[in-house]
Amino acid sequence: MHVTLLAVAVVMIAPLLWMLITSVKSPLEAYDFPPSFIPALKTYVEHGGELHQADFLSLRGGTAEVRVLAGRHKGLRLSVPEETLIRKRFIWRNYADAWRAAPFARYFVNTIVMAGLTTIGQVITSALAAYAFARMRFRGKEVIFIILLGTMMVPKQVLLIPNYIFLSRLGWINTYYALIVPWIAAVFGIYFMRQHFETIPQDLFDAAAIDGCSRFRALFNIAIPLSKGVIVMTALFTFIMTWNSLLWPLIVTNSPEMRPLQVGLAYFSQESSTEWTLLMAASTFTIAPLLVLFFIAQRRIIEGFARSGLKG
Amino acid sequence: MQTTASSRSKRLAITPYLYLLPAFVVILTFQVLPIFYSLFVSFFEWDIIRARRFVGLGNYLDLFRDVEFWQALFNTTVFAAGSVVFGLAISLFIAVLLSRKIAGLNCYRLAYFIPYVTAMTAVAIVWKWLFNPQFGLLNYLLSLVGLPGTRWLQDPFWARVAVIIFVIWKTMGFNILIFLTRLLDIDKTFYEAAEIDGAGPWRLFRYITWPLLGPTTLFLLIISTIFSFQMFVPVYIMTPDGGPANSCSTMVFFLYENAYVDFRMGYACSIAYVLFFIILALTLIQRKALGRKLSGL
Repeated sequence: MHVTLLAVAVVMIAPLLWMLITSVKSPLEAYDFPPSFIPALKTYVEHGGELHQADFLSLRGGTAEVRVLAGRHKGLRLSVPEETLIRKRFIWRNYADAWRAAPFARYFVNTIVMAGLTTIGQVITSALAAYAFARMRFRGKEVIFIILLGTMMVPKQVLLIPNYIFLSRLGWINTYYALIVPWIAAVFGIYFMRQHFETIPQDLFDAAAIDGCSRFRALFNIAIPLSKGVIVMTALFTFIMTWNSLLWPLIVTNSPEMRPLQVGLAYFSQESSTEWTLLMAASTFTIAPLLVLFFIAQRRIIEGFARSGLKG
Repeated sequence: MQTTASSRSKRLAITPYLYLLPAFVVILTFQVLPIFYSLFVSFFEWDIIRARRFVGLGNYLDLFRDVEFWQALFNTTVFAAGSVVFGLAISLFIAVLLSRKIAGLNCYRLAYFIPYVTAMTAVAIVWKWLFNPQFGLLNYLLSLVGLPGTRWLQDPFWARVAVIIFVIWKTMGFNILIFLTRLLDIDKTFYEAAEIDGAGPWRLFRYITWPLLGPTTLFLLIISTIFSFQMFVPVYIMTPDGGPANSCSTMVFFLYENAYVDFRMGYACSIAYVLFFIILALTLIQRKALGRKLSGL
């Protein structure tokens, strides 16, 4: 039993390990077949201000003869002092090269702004709406709630074109507004917060009201503090989904300055489709922040996804 | 006195709506009204720049005569069938193994869930590298066990297999999680009683686990089908040209190309609506056909 489970675990993790291994290979070694599982020790020679991977041919009296293996000077034979040869296994500079090959710093900023503000907006609008649904009586309450739930049945693709047309009329294409505003409210968050707000005993609210606490303040002083778990869970869920989204940002951005990470990475993969070491390095730093977040808050995140599934 | 009381009650009547307002305005503007606007646009020929031209059901009629549309629909169906059937079967098998209170349950669950939280774009690039016909890891592993490699994303048949493998890998963690959550809730005394009666593992699964899992299975079946009918990112990244002989173009990929490459907005809206109805129909059919059988005892 453990053998099966372990084998499956290896299959699940292996692609990500392979990504890491490839990301520190030299471009030449990435094309080795059979591939190496641990990058081999390679020789590099400096020539014309650049480092070139080279083949070690002979050594005579402190002078090494080498042959350049890749790039413009492929096949060039050089005689250099032995001590100027560089031997290394892991090519960490792939990360720096990938980072500079496209404006990834800007992509990161855009993604953090987009995912951060979407999450904050969604938590605020959801908390307010859920509070009304859970703790107030008003006409049309159930009808409105059912309409909201009904929107979850509609595939997002139906919304793509009308929203794109609407935003281009507003002049919002290629702005942060287009990336954020359409998603600052979601039924998902309202649903879970309502459920949790309903479990809070009415006595607490009554006592607060007697002490002169308004209903609005009760939301912040009672309902929200008592629902931290649910709020953190929906916030993490929204943040991850927004960080990973591609189709919408792909459509509403048209210049590198506005692209979020996933869009930038998609373009990078099409422009540098054969530079696998750089692509793997870029994929690694795209995934890394969320993996760190996942390991820190795994219990809440897993719970969030489990409950997002169980609402049906 | 009276006026203050009535204005007070009026204010109370309005307040709840004020709390709803922000969420409601955003959802109405960006998630409800567009549904109708999309239907409206689907009756026009329109590139957004020039004036739109009313064509009635013309877009839909064109769509049903469009070979590329049928191909996209066929591909999407193949992807959905393959990834849902195999994906759920494997997930269920693993979840059942995990549910036997084994040591390290949390470590396994964590490992299985990692692909699900990673960015689809990034891991699709990684899998494209794994599927590389000359230098990829997969062909190397196949050669180790004496199997011939294939051209994967460059061959119409294997490209589809590759996409299905990728989707199963990406979504399995979620399916396992949902199955497992339900399995751990099942009362252990059912199994104990059946074991006393001499039931083997298969009979335990067949007569206890499977019926009790019914609603969960149905639910996962429906949402996985919906999800795979909306597939876009894997094919956009792994086969940006639609794959060999257009074998990987999906409905959403076809919609994207029409809307944002060819700027045929009306036509793209008609694709979106057909997709909408297919998803709606599939949901209802699955609910009806399997609902009774799977909803349990």
